[in-house]
Amino acid sequence: MGQVLKKILIKLVWVGVVFLGITVISFWVIHLAPGSPTDLQTTLNPEAGVEARLQLEKLYGLDRPLHVQYVGWLKRLVRLDFGQSMSGDHRPVWDKIKERLPLTFGMNVASLILTLLIAVPIGVAAAWWRGGAFDKISTIVVFIGFAMPGFWLALLLMLWLGIAWPILPISGLTSMGFSSMSGPEQWWDVTKHLILPIFIYTSGSWAGMSRFMRSSMLEVLRQDYVMTARAKGLSSRIVLFKHALRNALMPVITILGLSVPALIGGSVIIESIFSLPGLGQLFYQAVMARDYPLIMGSLVLGAVLTLAGNLLADVGYGLADPRIRVGQGRNR
Amino acid sequence: MKHRPLKRVSPWARHALLVFGALIVGVMSFGAVFAPLIAPYDPNFINVDALLLPPGAAHLMGTDALGRDVFSRVLYGGRVSLWVGFVAVGIATSIGVVLGLIAGYFGRFVDEIIMRGVDVMLCFPSFFLILAVIAFLEPSLTNIMIVIGLTGWMGVARLVRAETLSIRERDYVLAVRAAGAGTRRIIFRHIMPNAMGPVLVSATLGVAGAILTESSLSFLGLGVQPPDPSWGNILMEGKEVLGIAWWLSVFPGLAILLTVLGYNLLGESLRDLLDPRLKQ
Repeated sequence: MGQVLKKILIKLVWVGVVFLGITVISFWVIHLAPGSPTDLQTTLNPEAGVEARLQLEKLYGLDRPLHVQYVGWLKRLVRLDFGQSMSGDHRPVWDKIKERLPLTFGMNVASLILTLLIAVPIGVAAAWWRGGAFDKISTIVVFIGFAMPGFWLALLLMLWLGIAWPILPISGLTSMGFSSMSGPEQWWDVTKHLILPIFIYTSGSWAGMSRFMRSSMLEVLRQDYVMTARAKGLSSRIVLFKHALRNALMPVITILGLSVPALIGGSVIIESIFSLPGLGQLFYQAVMARDYPLIMGSLVLGAVLTLAGNLLADVGYGLADPRIRVGQGRNR
Repeated sequence: MKHRPLKRVSPWARHALLVFGALIVGVMSFGAVFAPLIAPYDPNFINVDALLLPPGAAHLMGTDALGRDVFSRVLYGGRVSLWVGFVAVGIATSIGVVLGLIAGYFGRFVDEIIMRGVDVMLCFPSFFLILAVIAFLEPSLTNIMIVIGLTGWMGVARLVRAETLSIRERDYVLAVRAAGAGTRRIIFRHIMPNAMGPVLVSATLGVAGAILTESSLSFLGLGVQPPDPSWGNILMEGKEVLGIAWWLSVFPGLAILLTVLGYNLLGESLRDLLDPRLKQ
């Protein structure tokens, strides 16, 4: 147990250090603002006027020494106080972010599930029939999938399914007259609006994932215990699904955790193309309006979510892989 | 993710991908470099008599809402992509190589600091970070290249560090040190050249990534600013007239797809060629 505790402690220290690093870099980004944010004369942006300057000063205490500013900002950060949005309604940044999170989170989870459902069978089949026709064709398709810019695919699909053969809505989350629809109708309406965006999300990740699955599977198929299972005379199906697949899936957990930043980044483009009221769109609007507190809040949140994703992946991997548990000395 | 060979078939098939990738990259680079000679029109020439013309003999890829020739704009857009790709990757690779060498060679405390820095940078959704920085600076070609470069060095640093860790233990390094070579000489003259194989691969793939990032930024209006053409901002204009002028949305995207595909094929084939461990 002592060793486990030590590992957990080291991990916690790592998380703390990385979190501090995240805040330092974010804080540094704030000071990239043209000239000094306090210097009204050099503020070229009309939208960041007097009022904005006062707000920034209050939020970061810009008249005080740098380290004092940083500590003050950090203290508020821990309380989820990112200050107030500079544009429009002047509501607290955290409130604005909070109401946008569920949509982005939901779309990401849906697309992750879809990615797994598509990529795992393709990867497994390509590895099982390595060098065969399926492997070759899927390799070509995967390369094209890698190179496909998501926003371009979105334009093409909008052109095709939204305009040439209009069966899907291409903008927003709900249709007109949404409030007068019945419950199931509303549900179906939202679903229809989300089909294309989730498809685009998935198009950005299935290629890499299936490639990863294929190499992970090839690695496992080379192992001695697979050879043993085959030598025992077990059927291919049992070897594949009972022995190989379970082990090949393990590294996928790590990749899921590592794909969080790409998903968050992708949400900016996808949500602004489809006019979806999610976190990505909020961030894009904040960038366009130079709403500094909102930009900073989203940036820090994005990084913290990534950190959480990495941690979850680590924990998940530890739980799933008995070798790691044994390695920690629990079952010895 | 991409550590296995494409497939274990005849060497010819692998080279076929290499040749195909090199061909795409070659044609695209040629078009970009010689754009002023190839382009039939000035990319920014506004012709009010030729608004939104579909592709035809006079305008191979049609014209946009201001009557500008899309083919010429795509050619000139290729210059932006090529330039961004190489400069951004140059910046990222230089930072990554130097930090990776230092971390791997000195180990311990230095290594710990640099690798935690890598962890921190990897936590930022890079597109978020790039957008945030661009929002604080002005969106210009130079800023984009620098920001893409500054947010893309972590993978290279990890690669080079791993290579350095194994190379520094080799006998020849010991011999060089015994011969009295200084630290800097050992690192840059004797370790670095031997760690460059994987760097070349990751740089090639990095060009593809940088081109995608730049076109996404320009598509959002935060990259290359109109009237200067880039594939991303032509697509942004195409989105406005999606229903009436498909050609504005199709051709620049095709250019991105092909170019990125070309660099990816080239990178993957180079990986197979350079990595002896994969030759079984």
